[in-house]
Amino acid sequence: MFETLTAPLRHLGHVTINAIWRLGFASRFLAAILLQSGQSFRRLNLTIREVYFAGVLSLIIIVVSGLFVGMVLGLQGYNTLSRFGSADALGALVALSLLRELGPVLAALLFASRSGSAMTAEIGLMKATEQLDAMSVMAVNPIARVVAPRFWAGVISMPVLAALFNVTGIFGGYFVGVQLIGLDEGTFWSQMQNSVDLHNDVINGLIKSLFFGIAVTLIAVFEGYDATPTAAGVSSATTRTVVTSALVILALDFVLTAFMF
Amino acid sequence: MKRTTIDLWVGIFVAIGIAAVTFLSLKVANLTPQSAEASYPLYAEFDNIGGLKVKAPVKSSGVVVGRVASIELDTQRYLAKVTLSLDKRYQFSRDTSAEILTSGLLGEQYIGLVQGGDPDNLKPGERIDLTSSALVLEQLIGKFMLNFAEKGPAKEGSPAGSSGAQ
Repeated sequence: MFETLTAPLRHLGHVTINAIWRLGFASRFLAAILLQSGQSFRRLNLTIREVYFAGVLSLIIIVVSGLFVGMVLGLQGYNTLSRFGSADALGALVALSLLRELGPVLAALLFASRSGSAMTAEIGLMKATEQLDAMSVMAVNPIARVVAPRFWAGVISMPVLAALFNVTGIFGGYFVGVQLIGLDEGTFWSQMQNSVDLHNDVINGLIKSLFFGIAVTLIAVFEGYDATPTAAGVSSATTRTVVTSALVILALDFVLTAFMF
Repeated sequence: MKRTTIDLWVGIFVAIGIAAVTFLSLKVANLTPQSAEASYPLYAEFDNIGGLKVKAPVKSSGVVVGRVASIELDTQRYLAKVTLSLDKRYQFSRDTSAEILTSGLLGEQYIGLVQGGDPDNLKPGERIDLTSSALVLEQLIGKFMLNFAEKGPAKEGSPAGSSGAQ
């Protein structure tokens, strides 16, 4: 009787303890990655290889989405601004919304689904096929050899991809505003330059994307390393990477925005 | 894939990233290296600066010649003291006047300088004596109402006019 009554509470307790345990494990995992980074930096071509897979291969999706987001911002911004007779401010609107929010956040979401999931699947599958254990047997530290290069590749790639997203987005807005709608080109750029501040908008946006890069890659490599070594386990770990990354990016964005602006 | 190919692609990737950041800082944020020797300070005192902000442009005949460096309240006389940072290339005479203007109907406020006729130029750190304050819409409406009421409440049943007279 007592057992059945307390079952929901016990379930809740189990879930909470599990969540705390995973958080602690993730922090220790981050510490381990940072400790082993020296070793992986000595073999830099491992990291460069991962930058290729995580960053260079994400270029297409980042550029195309940046362009379309910028073009949509141009169209929607023009529709709204022209109602107040201030369509001239379109350049400022496009640049500020991209630099402050959309660029870092959307680039991070795309990066999480494009590269984060791939990292999780790769590491999870390595674990399932016992490659990680084989490395340990050969006295190769799997964190230094497999995890740390992927982590650093993500941290390096994320700000680059976000900056690229911003630039293509601004060109998308320029294309719609100036070429299609026919706003004055000089006003478009000068309004943008008057309202965008280097430190406040550009640098803070890049700092945001750096934080997102750390969060997304840590989640990706952690979920891979922690995956149940079965086909179903790898699949659910990949799903968890994308879902957790998206939630963490949005929550972190709120916190960072509150502190920065 | 061969290692040199990967190196090449990563090199291109990082170069694109650096180019993007440079573009954002130079073209979008308009970061112009403004060293101390390329500009000189002047200051002006206003009764009311309205919505003037630090970094607002200073224009002469519509050309940007500098920026507002700082705004503070002079606690001796309770006037707003605005420090301007002007480009060294542009010198203004001693009887230059400064006024706070608005670009467009609802645009940002800026300082307009009108060159005077004095042969001597203002030296760095000197004060622009002739100033006129920002137009504050509420005061303008108040003045208009007062004027309207003094001339006599011409039309009967005009509540705005009669309440302004009291």
